[in-house]
Amino acid sequence: MKKFLTAILFAPLLALAAGPELHLDRAPDKANDKAALQNGAKIFVNYCLNCHSASYMRYNRLSDIGLNEAQIKDNLLFTADKVGEPMMIAMQRADAKVWFGAAPPDLSVIARARASEFGSGADWLYTYLRTFYRDDSRPSGWNNVVFENVGMPHVLWDLQGDQIMGEDHKLKLAKPGKLKPQEYDAMVGDLVAYLKYMGEPVAEFRKQLGVIVLIFLAVIFVFAYALKREYWKDIH
Amino acid sequence: MTCDDTVDCGRRRLLVATAAAGGVAGVAVAVPFVASMLPSERAKAAGAPVEVDISKLAPGQMMTVEWRGKPVWIINRTQEQLESLPKIDDQLADPKSEKKMQPDYAKNETRSIKPEILVAVGICTHLGCSPTEKFKTGADSGIAADWPGGFFCPCHGSTFDLAGRVYKSKPAPDNLEIPPHMYLGDAKIVIGEDKKA
Amino acid sequence: MSKVNAILQGTLNWVDERFPLTANWKAHLSEYYAPKNFNFWYFFGSLAMLVLVIQIVTGIFLTMHFKPDASLNASGVPVAFASVEYIMRDVPWGWLIRYMHSTGASAFFLVVYMHMFRGMLYGSYRKPRELIWIFGIIIFLALMAEAFFGYLLPWGQMSFWGAQVIVNLFSAIPLIGPDLSIWLRGDYVVGDATLNRFFAFHVVAVPMVLLGLVAAHIIALHEVGSNNPDGIEIKKKKDANGIPLDGIPFHPYYSVKDIVGVVVFLMVFSIVVFFMPEGGGYFLEYNNFFPADPLVTPPHIAPVWYFTPYYSLLRAVTYPLLGIDAKFWGVIAMGAGTLIFAFLPWLDRSPVKSIRYRGPLTKWLLSIWVVGFFILGFLGTKAPSYAFFGVIPGAPVAQILSVYYFLFFLTMPIWSSLDRCKPEPDRVTMK
Repeated sequence: MKKFLTAILFAPLLALAAGPELHLDRAPDKANDKAALQNGAKIFVNYCLNCHSASYMRYNRLSDIGLNEAQIKDNLLFTADKVGEPMMIAMQRADAKVWFGAAPPDLSVIARARASEFGSGADWLYTYLRTFYRDDSRPSGWNNVVFENVGMPHVLWDLQGDQIMGEDHKLKLAKPGKLKPQEYDAMVGDLVAYLKYMGEPVAEFRKQLGVIVLIFLAVIFVFAYALKREYWKDIH
Repeated sequence: MTCDDTVDCGRRRLLVATAAAGGVAGVAVAVPFVASMLPSERAKAAGAPVEVDISKLAPGQMMTVEWRGKPVWIINRTQEQLESLPKIDDQLADPKSEKKMQPDYAKNETRSIKPEILVAVGICTHLGCSPTEKFKTGADSGIAADWPGGFFCPCHGSTFDLAGRVYKSKPAPDNLEIPPHMYLGDAKIVIGEDKKA
Repeated sequence: MSKVNAILQGTLNWVDERFPLTANWKAHLSEYYAPKNFNFWYFFGSLAMLVLVIQIVTGIFLTMHFKPDASLNASGVPVAFASVEYIMRDVPWGWLIRYMHSTGASAFFLVVYMHMFRGMLYGSYRKPRELIWIFGIIIFLALMAEAFFGYLLPWGQMSFWGAQVIVNLFSAIPLIGPDLSIWLRGDYVVGDATLNRFFAFHVVAVPMVLLGLVAAHIIALHEVGSNNPDGIEIKKKKDANGIPLDGIPFHPYYSVKDIVGVVVFLMVFSIVVFFMPEGGGYFLEYNNFFPADPLVTPPHIAPVWYFTPYYSLLRAVTYPLLGIDAKFWGVIAMGAGTLIFAFLPWLDRSPVKSIRYRGPLTKWLLSIWVVGFFILGFLGTKAPSYAFFGVIPGAPVAQILSVYYFLFFLTMPIWSSLDRCKPEPDRVTMK
């Protein structure tokens, strides 16, 4: 019996063994930082929602991150008439395919899809949005470290500035943008936190509910175990 | 219940406690499943209030808009039609609109906020068919010689007057429902919302 | 009080004259005598029933909102994929029901694997329980079919390419293979027709088969009685009333014990549902959050964890044989790997049933087989080029372990009869 248990413990250790590496920077955890999430939502609506839809995300769901209907209507609602509508875009997919080579994907669950053994989806996005660099061989003039030959140009370019790939395979800031590097990282952190929230809006509530459920099950366990002991005291 | 050789009270207490906790758990699990059959966010969004422009609705005309998938009639009644309303009170089941089929602000002779504009859900209170308009008066309507204009439900023959009030001795039990609504300016109605304050 | 009792008794009598309610209650619960020495491993049968109920109930509610439709909606997302996200966001509590169902799929296999392993440990497949075991193996096969059909429904990248690969397995069958796989798909690629028929299989056909098989499994069990960790028959020692001396009524003893097991299981289940529904990418695979795209295969595709040991068997076969290509033999290996369990009642020639009284040879060979099963499962989640610690190539390891997997069963008649067994006790032991 013990041997089998050892075997079970052994298997995950093997999983740590090497494979092709992808180094991702860790995205800051801002899941409970309402101000950051609201800022992220604003950036998302202003920069991403022109080409990318988030067609499962309803505007009024943003009440999760502390926005009321009037705030949503006044500050974020550019692509729809009513707060109950999802975040759609006006661009036609066929046009997009011609312009970018591929239709920009819907971003509702992108933070879940981009997770891998190398890091969470948020880590991937946080790295991706900070590692665009100039590459004249690409149609858009941009390339990316974690998404090679990406079709999307660097939309946040005026904020970050121009990065170039050095001889040593490290990125250098050739021309500064409107934001200082730390400010840019913080802003991308907010945006990624929002994308992560949007991937599963219920996530925080889910965990809170889970605690209650487990406490309740623990109480039932005490009763059930006592009952079992009570009946089984006669069995020897 | 006394504790003796046949009844083990310690065991019974545990049984009751476990069964009670299990019962609570069962109900707690049932709630999400039952709730999942309620209207979803999409249905709620589709059922959001509707804005209607009535500036082009001439007297005597009627328009139909969709709210929560139901037909909502907006009728601009003529002076003549309005005058006919009190005359038929004795033929109606609930002439004073005592039953709660309308918001308080529409509990009046014309069942409306502005006397001439009627907003009503065009669904018969019998079994949910949509009545047809019979605005022609008298025998031309094909209903009765003294017909003052109103609505006729093709399913089971219920008749309603021009304020959506149901006639006596018809299958439909209640007057037509008046949905919550309010005016944004002179010619704009919001259906499905009424700032109650 | 006595009046209430009299009415209840009267009602019960009325029913009993028309339907054998009390008789069935006694036969299957209050006078079904189970050995008193069940241990940890004996929780998994009732837990499998619990998971079956969870899957059926959550499945019914998911069916109310899911749409098996591969066409693209206005945002260019397949309708089926979008309807899953609709359940996750727009349906009240839909996320909970969906996570219960997706976690339940993995829980089902976990519980069934433990239940099967219990059978292997204590020889529960031996005479007179061969049919219980065979029904069980068919349940296992039906469950794999159920999981496979269900996995296509979210219509993500892993759903699509998983179904593509498995359906193409059938094309390995000589002569009829290619036509057969087109017939299965109803199209030249996995498409809308495939999605719709898999939906029909997943929600109607296979569940009905499963329910019938579960009934047969339990009827057969209650006919011959349960085995126990000592592997001896309690029916051989009965008291004056014909009740086994080591038997206790299933109800209340095992019903109250199983409740404890159920609560512990639900705690583990809830931890996954509420805190790690993706199960680290093993229960809900990350790539499945990309909608199905017939033009792009994800860089690395692997089956869900519960299929990976057999997937490793499939990949281990790389040599053509008898003029037929390796692909066909890989499919045969995979099929044989699941079916071979059914022959255990006749492969095992040991004089004792339980691992407790078997010799070191059996213990070692079984231990190695279990470790091998885990490693095959692990390798099945990895690319074929995977190497342990970057140096030990995985592919030959999988091949060696695959050979061992089958040799373990095929040579069992020899080693199981050779092993030095300890004498079985007269009566069951409480450990």
